[in-house]
Amino acid sequence: MMTMIKGTAMVLSQKMIADGIYDLVLSFPEAARLAVPGQFVDLYCRSAARLLPRPISICEADAREGSLRLVYRTAGAGTREFSHLKAGDSLEAVGPLGNGFISPEDAPARNTEKVLLIGGGIGIPPLLELARRLPGEKIAVLGYKDALFLKDDFDRLAGRADPALGSLRVAVATEDGHYGCQGTVLDLIREQKLEGEIIYACGPMPMLKAVSAYALDRGIKARISLEERMACGIGACLGCITKVKHKDHHTNVHNRRVCKDGPVFDAGEVDFS
Amino acid sequence: MKLAVNIAGVTFKNPVTTASGTFGSGAEFEEFVDLAALGAVTTKGVASQPWEGNPTPRIAETYGGMLNAVGLQNPGIELFCRRDIPHLKEKGASIIVNVCGHSEKEYLEVVERLSGEPVDLLEINVSCPNVKEGGIAFGQKPEALFHITKAVKEIARQPVVMKLSPNVTDITEMARAAEAGGADALSLINTITGMKIDIHRRQFVLANRTGGLSGPAIRPVAVRMIYQVHKACPLPIIGMGGVMTGEDAIELIMAGASMVAVGTANFHDPCATMKVLQGIETYMKNYHISDINELIGCI
Ligand SMILES: Cc1cc2nc3c(=O)[nH]c(=O)nc-3n(C[C@H](O)[C@H](O)[C@H](O)COP(=O)(O)OP(=O)(O)OC[C@H]3O[C@@H](n4cnc5c(N)ncnc54)[C@H](O)[C@@H]3O)c2cc1C
Ligand SMILES: Cc1cc2nc3c(=O)[nH]c(=O)nc-3n(C[C@H](O)[C@H](O)[C@H](O)COP(=O)(O)O)c2cc1C
Ligand code: FES
Repeated sequence: MMTMIKGTAMVLSQKMIADGIYDLVLSFPEAARLAVPGQFVDLYCRSAARLLPRPISICEADAREGSLRLVYRTAGAGTREFSHLKAGDSLEAVGPLGNGFISPEDAPARNTEKVLLIGGGIGIPPLLELARRLPGEKIAVLGYKDALFLKDDFDRLAGRADPALGSLRVAVATEDGHYGCQGTVLDLIREQKLEGEIIYACGPMPMLKAVSAYALDRGIKARISLEERMACGIGACLGCITKVKHKDHHTNVHNRRVCKDGPVFDAGEVDFS
Repeated sequence: MKLAVNIAGVTFKNPVTTASGTFGSGAEFEEFVDLAALGAVTTKGVASQPWEGNPTPRIAETYGGMLNAVGLQNPGIELFCRRDIPHLKEKGASIIVNVCGHSEKEYLEVVERLSGEPVDLLEINVSCPNVKEGGIAFGQKPEALFHITKAVKEIARQPVVMKLSPNVTDITEMARAAEAGGADALSLINTITGMKIDIHRRQFVLANRTGGLSGPAIRPVAVRMIYQVHKACPLPIIGMGGVMTGEDAIELIMAGASMVAVGTANFHDPCATMKVLQGIETYMKNYHISDINELIGCI
């Protein structure tokens, strides 16, 4: 059975949605059908001077349209190259990769479960597809440095009351305080007394550490999406490991592969020290 | 068209293998590559005990290449023999096992454990830090290389390939030391030590500070060293270093390699090994070469 596809993806559209933040929609039908929230795709640069794939999270996957939406920030030469792509262009891609947010044993079937979806900055995009597919009483807690992006998409989803999928509320924090609560996502959670029985989080490492400590403190489960430098993207090179508290059955040491065993891990298993 | 090659008495159906550490245990690439269609799968370096490897970041991209400092993380020989060898066998792959260790004793434990296993060749990675010699790699001193080769040869049941490090002044001296120790074949090149600095943060990019440079950026060094070793020593050579295409592989073969390993290219394209093989066949067709062996060291 195929779990990932290597192929040429066609650009359906691309636009800049905030300063340096791009919204890219690709036609990549087989991958779109397989994708689950929290997985990522590897995009390859045209220039062979840049050999390694760029991992980008799947923001939305539309199986019917055969499309994947990716939202990324220009960080260096590779993402700058992608930012010039226009409708009709194509690029090499492999995906979907990684495990996704929802672990089989979580069985997120109850739509009465209270869920916190916590996103920081460029960690927000993968939470959109999760918010769409996950049942429950969801609160999206979005933290931005300054300019907002994707907030409209969350608002639209929140407005579309589909009882089968529970409910969605959106709460925003900005570092500069120009919108919503001033401060971090955790400041916002404490200020508005937001509560959940399970947390899904993606964002910068300091945020993930703080969210993990918060969850562990309250005895609630948190699934966090990690980032690491990658080469193969498929679990072969052992370049992208995260330290874990218990010996992993595959690596036989206290390391798990972010690209293959992750990028999403239980907060409790990650060794942050 | 004859693609089969022979290394130390073992016949491989074609001259394309994988470079150790870039292809996992093979299983990771199965959705992209038919492992049985490769000349052989060369597996990630394995030691007598599991190794945790280095802290992250372990990977840095460089112009036309990359640095890695994985630090030879591996699950240990026991699990490897129990899980990875049977799997490769079931898939019909020929197997070259890359062996690492911190001391002669550790190398020998692995070689011993492999003696009853269905493995075609042993590739001894002598770029590991030698704890007894204060961390200098076994592969950087001719005497140390001679001794480890001899010790391995004494107990090995499979032919022994010594994998040479390019981080030496005279690669032919190392090749001759391995030959004197009784090596059946040589493989080269391992990665070239490099470093990358993040000038914005004023810090090393790799947690380990230094890492091994690989990819197309190092191919001219590989071609030169394979050529020198081929002229200096009669042992068959498995060549590697920056092979991306069939043409690149032909270049290493002409320099003296009997077999070619594809490494970093697997990260740029998971189907790279198959494309290299097709590229070799296309070259042979275009130039009416009926046997790949005609090209080995033809320059
Ligand atoms: C699982 C995963 C999901 C990601 N999802 C997104 C996303 O949805 N949107 C987004 O904007 N970014 C995302 N990133 C980060 C993104 O991969 C990097 O910003 C991107 O690779 C930078 O490439 P570059 O050539 O522009 O930068 P350069 O700095 O020039 O890249 C040089 C090398 O470093 C690697 N690299 C640089 N920054 C990172 C990083 N933060 N994480 C991993 N590798 C890095 C590159 O892949 C490349 O190999 C994700 C990273 C991971 C690991
Ligand atoms: C991520 C990575 C891991 C590697 N691990 C090993 C290893 O375990 N043992 C070994 O002998 N060589 C190892 N190598 C070296 C390769 O096998 C090869 O000699 C080198 O990368 C040059 O080939 P290339 O340019 O085609 O990658 C590793 C290389 C890379 C990039
Ligand atoms: S990037 Fe190679 S194992 Fe994760």
